[in-house]
Amino acid sequence: MTQSEALKKYQFQPEDFQLAQHRDALEVDQVMPARPAWKDSINLFLRNKGAVIGIICIVIITLFAIFAPMLSSWKYDDINTSIQNISPCAQHWFGTDTLGRDLWVRLWQGTRISLFVAVAAILIDVVIGVTYGMISGYFGGKVDSVMQRIQEVINSIPTLVVLTILLMVMKSNLFTIIMALAFTEWIGMSRITRAQVLKTKEEEFVLASRTLGAGSFFIIFKEILPNIYSQMIIMVMMSIPNAIFYEAYLSFVGLGLPIPEASLGTLINDGFNTLTITPYQMTIPVIVFSILMLSFNLVGDGLRDALDPTMKEM
Amino acid sequence: MSEQPILEVKNLKQYFKVSRKFTVKAVDGISFKIMPGQTYGLVGESGSGKSTTGRSIIRLYKPTDGEVIFNGKNISGQMTKEELKLLRTKMQMIFQDPMACLNPRRKVMDIIAEGLDIHKEYKTEQEREQKVYDMLELVGLSKEHANRYPHQFSGGQRQRIGIARALVMRPQLVIADEAISALDVSIQAQVVNLMKKIQKKTNTAYLFIAHDLSMVKYISDHIGVLHLGHLVETGTTDEIFNNPIHPYTKSLLSAIPEPNPRVEKTRKSQSYDYETSGIDYHKGTEHHVEGTHYVLATDEEFAQWTK
Ligand SMILES: Nc1ncnc2c1ncn2[C@@H]1O[C@H](COP(=O)(O)OP(=O)(O)OP(=O)(O)O)[C@@H](O)[C@H]1O
Ligand SMILES: [Mg+2]
Repeated sequence: MTQSEALKKYQFQPEDFQLAQHRDALEVDQVMPARPAWKDSINLFLRNKGAVIGIICIVIITLFAIFAPMLSSWKYDDINTSIQNISPCAQHWFGTDTLGRDLWVRLWQGTRISLFVAVAAILIDVVIGVTYGMISGYFGGKVDSVMQRIQEVINSIPTLVVLTILLMVMKSNLFTIIMALAFTEWIGMSRITRAQVLKTKEEEFVLASRTLGAGSFFIIFKEILPNIYSQMIIMVMMSIPNAIFYEAYLSFVGLGLPIPEASLGTLINDGFNTLTITPYQMTIPVIVFSILMLSFNLVGDGLRDALDPTMKEM
Repeated sequence: MSEQPILEVKNLKQYFKVSRKFTVKAVDGISFKIMPGQTYGLVGESGSGKSTTGRSIIRLYKPTDGEVIFNGKNISGQMTKEELKLLRTKMQMIFQDPMACLNPRRKVMDIIAEGLDIHKEYKTEQEREQKVYDMLELVGLSKEHANRYPHQFSGGQRQRIGIARALVMRPQLVIADEAISALDVSIQAQVVNLMKKIQKKTNTAYLFIAHDLSMVKYISDHIGVLHLGHLVETGTTDEIFNNPIHPYTKSLLSAIPEPNPRVEKTRKSQSYDYETSGIDYHKGTEHHVEGTHYVLATDEEFAQWTK
């Protein structure tokens, strides 16, 4: 029997595809409550002990940084030469420095500034980086090539060189430090955004939007952004300790905030000068600094695992 | 038939420039027609250009050459606002991968209503909701499902949501790109039956893309066999199944498993290799076999195959 004859014999009938008796039951399945994916992510995150400890530490340190300077009877820039270099005691919990300033207040004031600088810098580079990466990835083609070349040129200059030059040329104050950090950090953000956009814009659900006549604006804000924001959050969490570190580094090499401002970096730097005589002056800010760095990294890791398990290798 | 075709594709070409020297000719001059309310099955092996054809027609790609006439309007070149709106509402697509075709961050309600939102096809919030509920019911889901997220559905259910999203615009033509390939067999039948049921109700035409001839046979009125960007044989389903002319069509048909195990044991699948067969699609012209049955061949090839 030849193929075509055999095929002729077997005619597909509508009955061949009848549903089995109870198949209809499939269609009205149990109604689960609507459960957005982020709720699962929160559960996953809370199961990660390191991340939870990290977030508790960050919250505690932030609260101290906000309230301790307000509630203390000392001020961070009160110079009082009669109480120089006092070791930690009931009145000055963390002692005083070479100029007689209370270190408890200065520590939290410094933490406040460090956090502020880091968060502000990261916010700025999120705005710049995401916009840049989004345009570059979404529009592609020539736009993308040109934007990528520009970015490569900027990226090829080492961060520290850029920071050092910027701060030597400009007057170093809070604003310049924030700008300098934002200027060097946005590239990572734009890279991640671009990669994610390139991947997401070819997904079938974006194509579906296009066949429905959605414009670029709709696709970017309704289809692409909601699907890449978890990567943004992870990236932010990973960048904050970087920014804190660079700020501390700049202060440590003497390019940081002007006297009498305090940041974790300036405190460590000041303490370092008298390390052998009054070790507590440096040890305490270093401990807070380390806890902060560690916590942000733990939280970043936890978020990454919870929001996007596929990024584990990063 | 004096009726006007809903879609007419004339000599459509879609090339992709991969590098300065190299161009992929994914679709290389194909022509076919689809009548209102009918189903045209496009079959061919992986990489033969089926998806590309569908995507050029719906203008996800800009066609390199040729004409696509939808509802009497040419939609292959620059379009006016009305033509664009016609294309984006009256021609819809169902996608291959039920896991990837729904935005995981949006609720089913918003996914299905997306087209309505974009083209502002409702006056009140209730009307929007009602349209979505009607669609859900049509595809066999319940209205409680509207507030769920895509990851809470099975593959078959998601495919139904994809169908609902396309059908809520009341399209005249739906391009289904391997819409059932990713589903398991029992669900495939469910979805195909659903599509047939809807077709009866709404008189929608389908361009049904698949690599599997058996399901195409069940749903299509006409079939086009695509190979390497060329439409090698086209005709009604009966014509193609009863009298395949082109060796490629024959090889595809011989690949269908037999339902009868005794026949299946002796089934020989014919192999077809373009490289060694000596056939050159560029030299071939359309030869009329009978009725609407055409095959791409040179005169000698045609004489030889129809002997
Ligand atoms: N954007 C693109 N750029 C370059 N080449 C492409 C592009 N899209 C498709 N192609 C090429 O065009 C050819 C046809 O691809 P297409 O996706 O249409 O195949 P298909 O018939 O749908 O296959 P499948 O059954 O695997 O889905 C392939 O060789 C593919 O590599
Ligand atoms: Mg395909």
